[in-house]
Amino acid sequence: MTEVAFHLNGTPVRVAITDPTRTLLDWLREDRGLTGTKEGCNEGDCGACTVMVTGPEGARALNACILFLPQLQGQAVRTVEGVGSPEAPHPVQTAMVDHHGSQCGFCTPGFVMSMVTAHANGATDHDDQLAGNLCRCTGYAPIIRAARALEAAPVPDWVEADRAAPFILPQMRPGESSPLAGLDGGGQPPHPACAMPRSADELATLYAAQPDATLVAGATDVGLWVTKGLQDIRPAIFLGQVADLRGVTVTDDSIRIGAMTTLAALRRAIAPLHPAFAELIRRYGSEQVRNAATVGGNIANGSPIGDSPPPLIALGARLHLRRGDARRSLPLEDFFIAYGKQDRAAGEFVEAVSFPRQPDRLRVYKISKRFDQDISALCGAFNIAVIDGTVTAARIAFGGMAATPKRAHAVEAALLHQPWTEATVATAQEAFAQDFTPINDMRASAAYRLAVARNLLHRTWLEDQGTRASVLEVAP
Amino acid sequence: MSLHKPLPHDAAPLHVAGSARYVDDIPTPAGTLHLCFGLSEVAHGRITALDLDPVRAAPGVVAVLTAADLPFANDVSPSVHDEPLLADGTVHYAGQPVFLVVAESHHAARRAARMGRIDIAPLPAILSIEDALAADSRFEDGPRIWTRGDPEAAITAAAHVIEGTIDIGGQEHFYLEGQAALALPQEGGDMVIHASSQHPTEIQHKVAEALGLPMAAVRVEVRRMGGGFGGKESQGNALAVACAVAARATGRPCKMRYDRDDDFIITGKRHDFRIAYRAGIDPEGRIAGVSFTQYARCGWAQDLSLPVADRAMLHADNAYHLPHVRIESHRLRTNTQSATAFRGFGGPQGMLGVERLLDHIAHHLGRDPLAVRRANYYRDSAPARTGPGTARRFGGAHSPAAPDAPQTTPYGMEVTDFILHAMTDRLAETADYTARRKRVADWNAANPVLKRGIALSPVKFGISFTLSHLNQAGALVHVYQDGSIHLNHGGTEMGQGLFQKVAQVAADAFGVDPGRVKITATDTGKVPNTSATAASSGADLNGMAVRAACLTIRDRLAEMLAEKHQTTPDKVHFTEGRAEIAGARYSFEDVITQAYLSRVSLSATGYYRTPGLSWDRIRGHGRPFFYFAYGVSCTEVVIDTLTGENRILRADILHDTGTSLNPAIDIGQIEGGYVQGAGWLTMEELVWDASGRLRTHAPSTYKIPACSDRPAVFNVALWGAGNPAETIGKSKAVGEPPLMHGISALLALSDAVAACGDGTRYSALDAPATPERILAAVARQRGQGWP
Repeated sequence: MTEVAFHLNGTPVRVAITDPTRTLLDWLREDRGLTGTKEGCNEGDCGACTVMVTGPEGARALNACILFLPQLQGQAVRTVEGVGSPEAPHPVQTAMVDHHGSQCGFCTPGFVMSMVTAHANGATDHDDQLAGNLCRCTGYAPIIRAARALEAAPVPDWVEADRAAPFILPQMRPGESSPLAGLDGGGQPPHPACAMPRSADELATLYAAQPDATLVAGATDVGLWVTKGLQDIRPAIFLGQVADLRGVTVTDDSIRIGAMTTLAALRRAIAPLHPAFAELIRRYGSEQVRNAATVGGNIANGSPIGDSPPPLIALGARLHLRRGDARRSLPLEDFFIAYGKQDRAAGEFVEAVSFPRQPDRLRVYKISKRFDQDISALCGAFNIAVIDGTVTAARIAFGGMAATPKRAHAVEAALLHQPWTEATVATAQEAFAQDFTPINDMRASAAYRLAVARNLLHRTWLEDQGTRASVLEVAP
Repeated sequence: MSLHKPLPHDAAPLHVAGSARYVDDIPTPAGTLHLCFGLSEVAHGRITALDLDPVRAAPGVVAVLTAADLPFANDVSPSVHDEPLLADGTVHYAGQPVFLVVAESHHAARRAARMGRIDIAPLPAILSIEDALAADSRFEDGPRIWTRGDPEAAITAAAHVIEGTIDIGGQEHFYLEGQAALALPQEGGDMVIHASSQHPTEIQHKVAEALGLPMAAVRVEVRRMGGGFGGKESQGNALAVACAVAARATGRPCKMRYDRDDDFIITGKRHDFRIAYRAGIDPEGRIAGVSFTQYARCGWAQDLSLPVADRAMLHADNAYHLPHVRIESHRLRTNTQSATAFRGFGGPQGMLGVERLLDHIAHHLGRDPLAVRRANYYRDSAPARTGPGTARRFGGAHSPAAPDAPQTTPYGMEVTDFILHAMTDRLAETADYTARRKRVADWNAANPVLKRGIALSPVKFGISFTLSHLNQAGALVHVYQDGSIHLNHGGTEMGQGLFQKVAQVAADAFGVDPGRVKITATDTGKVPNTSATAASSGADLNGMAVRAACLTIRDRLAEMLAEKHQTTPDKVHFTEGRAEIAGARYSFEDVITQAYLSRVSLSATGYYRTPGLSWDRIRGHGRPFFYFAYGVSCTEVVIDTLTGENRILRADILHDTGTSLNPAIDIGQIEGGYVQGAGWLTMEELVWDASGRLRTHAPSTYKIPACSDRPAVFNVALWGAGNPAETIGKSKAVGEPPLMHGISALLALSDAVAACGDGTRYSALDAPATPERILAAVARQRGQGWP
């Protein structure tokens, strides 16, 4: 019997895995009768199912609706039922009542869990912390009043207990085997439906032997294949325990981002180097999504509207792929061949993406109907070097403008070696039509995409001149 | 003593603990089955073949039902029996339920539902307003037209004529709790339904029809909804009826909840509108004559579209006196989801038509839009001489002297309670409107890329169901031997705080702490023949009914005590948890014990009907409303002229809820209403493709405002003066009116767009004002083409 072991509201539990894509949400509600965690959208966009999960990365808010049980191995899960009691409510619960932060109450448990997690982490950027929680009743104002009011309240003891909890689980003792590790127990065959390697080497062996398997990293996209597409993704390989693919390594020459690095971790690491990249990630999904989603997943799924490829391409990133013991790397833009088609062989996986250390010239613009937690209509990244008034290098890449993330070669050529002036910008704007033939869809029309892409080059120039050009920087 | 206090929502401690129970949280009996609809993917066509064998063979499937399997009525319409639960030969929109899967689990039902093959011979689909007009596809024989005076002559004779059109998008409710129902079969074929519904009686009615039972054999219970906003007035019928039919067929409890995508694809939304206007104005901007033509896209079934379109006509005046006016309303039938009730119920669209006209007039004349609005306001009036709604005046600095005769609305109702002159004075001052308007202009002159805009607009919203007989309510109150009070009424709780307000009414009547009042689920077995909790009427109607029930019991208690003390009942006072009479004091518990031992009935019903209503909807004449609720709001925005991106920087709202029953709850309604209204007019965009399939069917593609979209500075205040009409505690309805403050956000965006031009061209910004629409409008201002 395959099991995962984790803590639930302070109590260790072991769950027999019969369906590795059973979500935490369904399990909580149907198997455990913990109905405080709500299903609002079943796709990670509303936050009604938010839970707090504490593990090696600390305390994180996650969407339980697209969180598969094997992803919880060795973690500590808190639901709204486990943060306080009627006699001793959590300060968040008290503040939400006192400030009239609930009306219909359906989104409330999710808000409470996001706020409890933010409070545990000392985070006070409330708009960002709560961007992944939708409320249709209150207009958010009383919820923010509650969040501000409780900032100084003491953190309950159980938060520290949850931090310690995973390490007392037998499964997490260093050197001991994980029950789901595919190659455990002296070369036993992997579980047919579900494997959980603990290192890149284990993954390489497993995946080469089972190249039709679905790799599951943060499941913020794969989750929807299951909950919305109703696909059977088995056999599945869960990557959560592959610790050596996690993390950002900064050297004098390069920055290397492990495939399993979450967007949240990347945001922290990249902020001092390329703040515009970090600002883009601030608007990537939501806190819950950034805590789960990985850089490798965002690249490997090949979406034309994934937000990390444009800035990475603009920074000159190379993608590092591995199959078995064979490794290769290629410019990131070359990985994306066509819609739904990438330069990736069967059994080959993303190990990392890297780009050279360089002076920060990066500007990134994400355009969407809503600022937070929306998918880009288009996303443009500009890395333009100007020496003595002349463009000496230009790497420009866009998402949402083609069937893949794509470099704007014609625009780059129109800028290169030209004076960095408004006239040059105007000329280069004409080149966008050579690079891109965008489509009409529910997010924007082709005409809008092309017009805005051109205007974003203008915005880049204007901001270089010190002109204020973002509505996000305007104070009331 | 509890009335008018800002007490928390009664369920707030449960909400925050996750223990507030919604339909899907109710523990179900063993053997409960789960349901899912198989949907048409074609907008219009005849079903030529239906292969459901793979569905029946799918794991966990217990039964699959089609229209032919329904023993009695195949109808879930709240109005004219034109809405089959399961398609009967023809499909009328992409998303229409065709078959019903009954399975052992929610997921098994969903998986199986995708395995059905529905062959459909397509018929021409009518999708747009143009399509519908070309095909004369409509509800009712022709457009509804109301006229007062001679608008055409007044327009022709006027100094200026203003003409234009505004397109107004629809809106998905996006209640956080999706539609859900649970049917529990009882002995003898009876049925108990738990539903997430604003209208339990309608559920009871439709379930009874579908089961061939009298209504008395069906009981419907609603403890709470996770949001409604009108979307659960009629749209829950299908789930409850499906559960009841399946429960009858299988003998097992049946539950259904829509996955969010199904919820978007199956259920109706706010009506999208096109409103054309033509007005004759004087040099001051006063409207001499005006003609509005309203086109409403109603979708495939009639549902509530006629009263929605009526209410749009009834709000074509908003706060403005229109001496000569013609309003023409087309209720167009299209092969899309059946548009339905949504907070405001047509009022917001009608109101936006005239607000757009006033904005256009101000631009044409180069005058301050607020000055033009005020020039057209209804005038303050002297207290009414007869009937309910006696007005009190609040004269402001700019208020004209009150004349004798009140002005009348286009539909002939006297406006006797108008308070917007004074409210506008107050808000213009607290929001510093005039100075900020100047600052915005200065800022715009200095900023080439970003532009600010500001607008101040009023709301006047008519309170009452326009179908007059719906303006009634019932209540049931018990007092138990221990002095605890069981409260029940016909209203439903969807988050608006109705139960808390009404509990405060009950506690006030008995002079006890609200904690003594036990709020209980809405139940058709306790209070029958209820109206939907809609039209902002919940507290007005149910509060009065509950008060009546409480006073019946209180009067019995007073009589008992008076007899004991040899005095009259009016000498008995119930206050602070006790009864006082002739120097004696009894605790409330003591009084109740005495009453029980004296064989005094401690249970009573209460009933209320709104007085003074008369309405002829065909002529468009009468008094459809008990009173008006008022408000003013001022919004400032900034737009990016390179991308159309925009932000609401500040909103100031002054709103009239009479003497509020609960100021905290009312402020919550106003803040939430504003953000929802602004969302409707800015980022919330419904997109259908050329074959009529909805492409924005989940929160990934349909964007309601998120936390950071609320105004960065957000000032909300209550006007505070009592309602001159005889309402519960002199309060005013608050559910819908604040939504229309969102109009000031659209007008502010329009103002910002106008700052991009030389002043010769009107912005004509349609809704929703997405970044794309704003950028296109900026391009028009600059005389640039837009492909």
